[in-house]
Amino acid sequence: MKHVLKLFSLLVVISALWIGLLQASIIPQSHTWLLPIYFIVSLGCYGLLMVGVGLMRFPTCPQEALLLQQDIAEAKDFLKQKGVDVGSD
Amino acid sequence: MDAAKNKYSIIVPTYNERLNIALIVYLIFKHLPDEDFEIIVVDDGSPDGTQEIVKQLQKLYGEDRILLRPRAKKLGLGTAYIHGLKHASGNFVVIMDADLSHHPKYLPSFIQKQLETGASIVTGTRYVTGGGVHGWNLMRKLTSRGANVLAQTLLWPGVSDLTGSFRLYKKSVLEDVISSCVSKGYVFQMEMIVRASRKGCHIEEVPITFVDRVFGSSKLGGSEIVEYLKGLVYLMITT
Repeated sequence: MKHVLKLFSLLVVISALWIGLLQASIIPQSHTWLLPIYFIVSLGCYGLLMVGVGLMRFPTCPQEALLLQQDIAEAKDFLKQKGVDVGSD
Repeated sequence: MDAAKNKYSIIVPTYNERLNIALIVYLIFKHLPDEDFEIIVVDDGSPDGTQEIVKQLQKLYGEDRILLRPRAKKLGLGTAYIHGLKHASGNFVVIMDADLSHHPKYLPSFIQKQLETGASIVTGTRYVTGGGVHGWNLMRKLTSRGANVLAQTLLWPGVSDLTGSFRLYKKSVLEDVISSCVSKGYVFQMEMIVRASRKGCHIEEVPITFVDRVFGSSKLGGSEIVEYLKGLVYLMITT
């Protein structure tokens, strides 16, 4: 099943639940009508939260740049000795 | 699988990587002293003499270890992999960038992970503890994180780093997946891993560090964002 169809089926199930709630009147109708909006807003907030948390915890590796420079120097030395042209471009 | 009989074909597409290709070959040989491997350089007619350097490297390391399989001009990454695959004699294929953003020191961890788990694909991820990125400003990190959250929500891909291109594949799996991918650029990388995930391939991840463009800086503009969004929609509909 294509992924978009999976998402669509999920949406259909959620909508069916919502319509069921509307008809069963367990919760006052006025609240039930607003549920989709609450859902979308919560989804949006969750997304923003995930982006924010991810950004704060974004793994960085400043030491890697230094290690890389060392590796490059080591590589250049070796290759120069062996006759490979490592002049800078 | 008997570890002693595995051979790794490392495909490195190049364009104007005269200096980097020499450095990366040295580092690969340094970090894989005990493995049977070959490096397949797919150069797209670089005007800076990359192929000359590769020939010098072949004299040093052997033509059976470094294969130069060039093409006439820039023809795209996907076709570069396909071209490299035709000449690969290993049972495993590694794809990596030539610009040193992917460090060969992680090759042993890819191989180890595959041997431990029997995975069909081992993909490098920059976004977990133990991995990381250097050289990105706040804006770049924000777009990366936003793009990732969007992709996770819409696609449920099963991997943490979708656009990464440092991966180890079983050769048969790569051949199978690549034949059904049509996208270009980094969306191509996403398409490969998502299609593999949908097919039920066993995919494992290893943390990698990514130092962005040692000799330059990459930009991320509005058109790239549009391409990305189009890519997401395409993948939602077709996978």
